[in-house]
Amino acid sequence: MYQPGDKDPKVKPEVAGLSKEKAANLIEETLELYPEKARKKRAPHLAANDPEDKGCAVRSNKKTVPGVMSARGCAYAGAKGVVWGPIRDMVHISHGPVGCGWYSWGTRRNLTTGVPGVSSFSGMQFTSDFQEKDIVYGGDKKLEKICREVTDLFPLAKGVSVLSECPVGLIGDDINAVAKKMAGELEMPVIPCNCEGFRGVSQSLGHHISNDSIRDHVIGTREFAEEAGPYDIALIGDYNIGGDIWAAVKVLEEIGLNVKAQWTGDGQIEHIAATHKVKLNLIHCYRSMNYMCKVMEEKYGIPWLEFNFFGPTKIKESLRAIAERFDDRIRDNVEKVIASYEPKMQAVIDEYRPRLEGKKVMIFVGGLRPRHTIGAYEDLGLVCVGSGYEFAHTDDYDRTYPEMPKGSLVFDDASEMELERFAREIKPDLVASGIKEKYVFQKMGLPFRQMHSWDYSGPYHAYEGFEVFARDIDMAINSPTWNLVKSPF
Amino acid sequence: MAEKKLRQIAIYGKGGIGKSTTTQNTVAGLAALGSKVLIIGCDPKADSTRLILHAKAQTTVMDKVRELGTVEDLELSDVLKEGYGGVKCVESGGPEPGVGCAGRGVITAINFCEEEGAYTDDLDFVFYDVLGDVVCGGFAMPIRENKAEEIYIVVSGEMMAMYAANNICKGIVKYASSGSVRLAGLICNSRNTDREADLIEALAERLGTQMIHFVPRDNQVQRAELRRMTVIEYSPEHQQAEEYRQLAQKIAENKKLVIPTPLEIEELEELLMEFGIMAPDDESVVGKAENA
Repeated sequence: MYQPGDKDPKVKPEVAGLSKEKAANLIEETLELYPEKARKKRAPHLAANDPEDKGCAVRSNKKTVPGVMSARGCAYAGAKGVVWGPIRDMVHISHGPVGCGWYSWGTRRNLTTGVPGVSSFSGMQFTSDFQEKDIVYGGDKKLEKICREVTDLFPLAKGVSVLSECPVGLIGDDINAVAKKMAGELEMPVIPCNCEGFRGVSQSLGHHISNDSIRDHVIGTREFAEEAGPYDIALIGDYNIGGDIWAAVKVLEEIGLNVKAQWTGDGQIEHIAATHKVKLNLIHCYRSMNYMCKVMEEKYGIPWLEFNFFGPTKIKESLRAIAERFDDRIRDNVEKVIASYEPKMQAVIDEYRPRLEGKKVMIFVGGLRPRHTIGAYEDLGLVCVGSGYEFAHTDDYDRTYPEMPKGSLVFDDASEMELERFAREIKPDLVASGIKEKYVFQKMGLPFRQMHSWDYSGPYHAYEGFEVFARDIDMAINSPTWNLVKSPF
Repeated sequence: MAEKKLRQIAIYGKGGIGKSTTTQNTVAGLAALGSKVLIIGCDPKADSTRLILHAKAQTTVMDKVRELGTVEDLELSDVLKEGYGGVKCVESGGPEPGVGCAGRGVITAINFCEEEGAYTDDLDFVFYDVLGDVVCGGFAMPIRENKAEEIYIVVSGEMMAMYAANNICKGIVKYASSGSVRLAGLICNSRNTDREADLIEALAERLGTQMIHFVPRDNQVQRAELRRMTVIEYSPEHQQAEEYRQLAQKIAENKKLVIPTPLEIEELEELLMEFGIMAPDDESVVGKAENA
């Protein structure tokens, strides 16, 4: 497993048609389309990849250039859509005017178990629906009322998260005081999260703020009912999009680990609160949850390990790395599990790879996907010709360069104009990006997969997920539809 | 007959300087002269209309909004009351200190008054009586585009009142450059400090404006206030009532509208020293406790 600071042992083979010079020229030409000020700001965010040269890194986590079409979200989006929203047995209140809650409702496809409205509330939308009077007089009393209504209407709810929208921060409502008071009165966690959308440059700060609120109000407040065991782990940074976490947990249990807590896909707050008792934290989406892994390491001495469950090659590498943290029993299990899935995985590759060999994919998403999915594409014979993140930091890019071929494009917080220009020049066979990009590329006659919510498909994680992934990629690229669309280039 | 132009006037000044008392007495004076006036109180304390209405506290726009749930359900007649001399009164209202957003309350109330047609054609004047400290955009609402174009600052010969007046002028400069708001004068509400009238005259001159009237201090104002009345209504024959009538007359006739020239803090302090309000800086005593 690649760890920051390590030199990756495998250097990617050169890919025909890609060169640093070509990529650098394309970046140069693209930047020329900007006015001078914007060009100056955007230039450091684009680079021609060279896995061996750490000097060609991109700048990241900076304010978006005003006027460009960005795909970024806000701090509230990071808190509600990513970290808090998937915890199924809590009620998540979008605190402020109705729009933020309404338009973020159900957009991430975080699937849950439990009975909707009884023991699962992730599919529901709760908002304090601010009116003029709430802005002028403050929304504190309304928030108290909502908390009481939650316990009346949903007696099995295990807690409440209060996710601030912008106006709450502007008028200075003290949600922390209300949360403390109501937690006492209702005898359950009421967790304030000051994730006003105007804070920070992207959704990334929302992840951090949410992690901090878990640190301050959740972790260490519960214990697991069962005795602690040597194989207790938590699965961090899997949001169960299209059932991802179920596929991942299945494999982890097959190798003999006990997944005691899920952060936060199909998650339960009481399990999350007791995570300080596990032996190892396995983290999939580093960007959104590394903060809490580091907190648990420092405070409780729990080690953490990044892993990658996309595609059989990375799954195999990851399982072996995980096994290294345990005993022979787990090591034996891992080899058995890898062997047992091998024929099935080979069959998937045999079926799809001949139709996908050498196809080019361009990726622009968030979180972990711009690097983590590359291995899965490569298992199917595709080549990654460009990849970028909406809201990554330097440590994400450090983990990305070694995964990408020399001469591929790296783009941070790419604008629609840049992506469109890149696509016209490098002519990918597949664009894997978000809903805001989807129709731009489809209108260009390019196969597209919406990789934020797996395009209404999934799971894509673990062995089970790879079968679905392979089918979807083949379906996108080899659908006869695209032969009926006249490409403009 | 030429179309009557509605004059919109905002009254600013340091907290506690007597804006509401001065405004209501002046408005009563204008009403006595036959003018039609609307007062919009832009202060969550809602004490801008009590002397006109003889009321403890008028029901405010925000009170009703809170009661009814939304501003859309509110009727103008719920919050617009008529008092002495046919003066119409609205209070914006707002939260107690420390919660919510009082500035938004002012914006909501003024928008409501406009949309519901409170600014009727028969009006000669609208007076905005604004909270002492312009802490956010909401309290600058009355001097935004198409609202008050004349500002009077209530001031006294006390140092902090003059500091505040100078700061308000800085704010006016900002809005004057983008709109038509102008400073119309300083109203000196006397605190019986030394050479007060001269000092305020001098300050007005430096600011490029005028001291439009010197209102002497008189306990008759307090006697009237105890009865929730203006002096004009309580004792029209009293000398103090005459002072307010004169102020009203001067405002009605005032044509001197300027973009103020606020002073640098050093200039202001020089002025104060010139009038003996402030001693020259003695750097050796700065930051030293009495018994140190």
